[in-house]
Amino acid sequence: MVGIHSYGAYIPMWRMPLAALGGGARKIPDNGPEKAVANYDEDAITMAVAAATDCLEGIDRQSVDGVIFSSTTYPYKEKQGASIIAKALDLRRDVQTADLGGSLRASAGALRVAADTVRAGSAHCVLVIASDCRIGAPRSGIERNVGDGAAAFLISDNEVAVSLEGTHAISDEILDVWRTEGDPFVHSWEDRFVVEHGYSDRTVEAVRGLCEKLDANPGDFTRVALYAPDARSHGGVAKSLGISKEALVDPLFGRLGNAGVAFAPLLLAQALESARSGDRILMASYGDGAEALSFAVTDRIEKIQNRRGVAWHLTRKSSLRDYDMYLRFRQLDTKEWEAGTNSGISATIHFRDRDEDLSFRGHQCRQCSTMQYPFQRVCFRCYARDDFDEVRLADRKGSVKSFSFDFFAGSPNPPLVATMTEVDGGSRVYLQMTDCSPKEVKLDMPVEFTFRKIHEIGGKPNYFWKCTPIREEAQ
Amino acid sequence: MNPEAIRDKVAVVGAGCCKFGENWDKSPEDMIVEAAFDAYEDAGIEAPQQQIEAAFCGAVYPNRGTAEVADGLKLYDRPISMVQNYCATGTDAFRFGVFGIASGLYDTVLVVGFDKPKDRGVSGPSIATTGVRDLPMTPAGWFSLCAARYFETYGAGREDLAKIAVKNHHNGTLAPKSMLKREITVEDALNARMISWPFGLYDCAAQSDGAAAAILTRADLAKNFRDDYVLVKAIAIALGANPQADPDFDFLRWKPTVYAAKQAYAQAGISDPFKEIDVAQVHDCFTLTELLTYEDLGFCEKGSAKDHIASGTFDLKGELPVNTDGGLKTFGHPTGATGVRMIYENYKQLQGKADARQVPGANVALSHNIGGAPQACGIAILANP
Repeated sequence: MVGIHSYGAYIPMWRMPLAALGGGARKIPDNGPEKAVANYDEDAITMAVAAATDCLEGIDRQSVDGVIFSSTTYPYKEKQGASIIAKALDLRRDVQTADLGGSLRASAGALRVAADTVRAGSAHCVLVIASDCRIGAPRSGIERNVGDGAAAFLISDNEVAVSLEGTHAISDEILDVWRTEGDPFVHSWEDRFVVEHGYSDRTVEAVRGLCEKLDANPGDFTRVALYAPDARSHGGVAKSLGISKEALVDPLFGRLGNAGVAFAPLLLAQALESARSGDRILMASYGDGAEALSFAVTDRIEKIQNRRGVAWHLTRKSSLRDYDMYLRFRQLDTKEWEAGTNSGISATIHFRDRDEDLSFRGHQCRQCSTMQYPFQRVCFRCYARDDFDEVRLADRKGSVKSFSFDFFAGSPNPPLVATMTEVDGGSRVYLQMTDCSPKEVKLDMPVEFTFRKIHEIGGKPNYFWKCTPIREEAQ
Repeated sequence: MNPEAIRDKVAVVGAGCCKFGENWDKSPEDMIVEAAFDAYEDAGIEAPQQQIEAAFCGAVYPNRGTAEVADGLKLYDRPISMVQNYCATGTDAFRFGVFGIASGLYDTVLVVGFDKPKDRGVSGPSIATTGVRDLPMTPAGWFSLCAARYFETYGAGREDLAKIAVKNHHNGTLAPKSMLKREITVEDALNARMISWPFGLYDCAAQSDGAAAAILTRADLAKNFRDDYVLVKAIAIALGANPQADPDFDFLRWKPTVYAAKQAYAQAGISDPFKEIDVAQVHDCFTLTELLTYEDLGFCEKGSAKDHIASGTFDLKGELPVNTDGGLKTFGHPTGATGVRMIYENYKQLQGKADARQVPGANVALSHNIGGAPQACGIAILANP
């Protein structure tokens, strides 16, 4: 049996009230519709690392031998996302990595490819991550539609919690939603055309094709994680397929937004959070055709514990309310100086520091046990030379030893919160704090670590870790 | 090691300083010439090409370095070296000048500190980035790292820092060559725009262009130049662990100052600095740096600085006046020049030539710089013979 061994999710903390989009003096209701917005230091890669971290909770990372990263919003045109993610997660060196993109359907394909890879025996535990941070042109309908998020699944033949029963894919050629080289904005043709001849027809076709293979009816599924570009077409397809309202996983319109490749996977993760042994789950995804996947939940689902998942992330939120700030977060504002035009970070320094910066490893002295960061040649305390073990710090907690609020350092959302943080065990690291309000920063406050873009000097995302307050568990 | 090896061996017989400020119309060489010729004139040196045997320079971001000094002053066919040691650069250049004289190799040397940050088109420090972890963080961010912990431990706050800014703004009005000459109030300081908490605008030193110079000679030759020469009692440099990595840092002090003070007091034979030192110029890149330095230099007990600030101990008319010329805060902070500028001020104070800011009867004077993360401290102690 091959299927899902573990899952995790990530939704950024910030929410943009839809009423605040476009700016102006409109009244912004307190509990109106909103969408999830990545912080300025987040992108598809950082959100992928966060979702994967949730997915890998309690799992031996050495067991992961494959990573497939799906996205339509890779920061790099040439350079792999999966390898950056594997480094940030500190996975083993012989992990097989691949990116899969180009279409919102890429994540469904990634799940299928991962399952086929495991079935074929070329890997045993493949991490599949879907993450997107899509941008619509300011004040466009797409800007209102898209939201940011990521989901991750471990596909394995060992201790399968949710078996993959079958898949069915339809490929079609249609210019309905697209983005071209050099254009930051997603475009789409007239919506009724897109829904009728694109989304609805193809999704129904894919689900019916899957049901035919499985000798099942769409109504047989306990839960249905159905991608849709909007609430109306979501309801339309469900009706066409005869799927009951109870079976439909809440598509989170007005809360999350259309999360691109991560949308259907996030709904699948949401379904798994309340799944019971014996449930059958349908996931359907759309983009240049459609793909449907059928899952059967086993009793091992009970073993997946301590996931933040979709529910926790929906509760943890902070309202942005400020359209200008939103534009700055997405780098859509006009600046006096073009950003990142200097030569930037030395590639050789980046190469030498990758274990410290991306895997966030520190040193522990073998003589006196002192934890230190960054890597040292001579121990801070006992002066022993080159006698250290590398220790991963990213999964530990820490506490703030000192802080300042820097209004002078460039930040899209000043002040920049700078901290001296002690990682549990003793390493001291100078870290920015993110997803926080200066008001909540206190000495000795507990923090955890999150992989972020620290800056974009040289016109590239430069990744490092930041600290962030540990939030209460979702109710 | 013999800590007393250099005590009283070297004399300062001349000092000079150009006007500090945003010297848009002056090149580094212009400022070097003004400072050096001011020192020549003060020392009575009429033929520097014959009398200056070597030059020791300090600058943190020079264009060409030693050549700017050689070409500016036409000092060729002799050694010129450049030192860089963060904000202690000027003090360290002076230290190598002292060693050059104390070794007996040279009779007369020139020390020049200079920097020209205002050619860079930015307000405040510019930041070069090579590694991912470096940015975006600023000197104000680094030097504020002791604030939260110190405030909580000892009950100090921004009001105490503001009083230091008010004092240094006042003193700066009395120094002819200072950059800023404007009195401020505690309210001005507290209400100014925030740079990096707890530092508002007035908690931060004025970054400026400038150059300062000193002429050193052997103590036994000093009388050939002048009667009111000044002797070098101590010249110390110490590095401390990066506070951004040090697993044993307590965020209540800057260790490099503690280390360098121990060296300097041993060299000078000082056991009770508060009683034995009459005037001090300390590194007030930010007001908190000055506050911590009172304690780190042993002028008062750890945690008691705020009481001394309240009682005016370090005011111009206090028991131990600090930053009599306005300090980095208002005199300006051209990084490489600052240590030499402090020596210039202490030299004038010891000679009784500090006019309105004169500390009566000053006989022993200390100057102090700390820079980097901060990791490097320099201390010089001068005294009347």
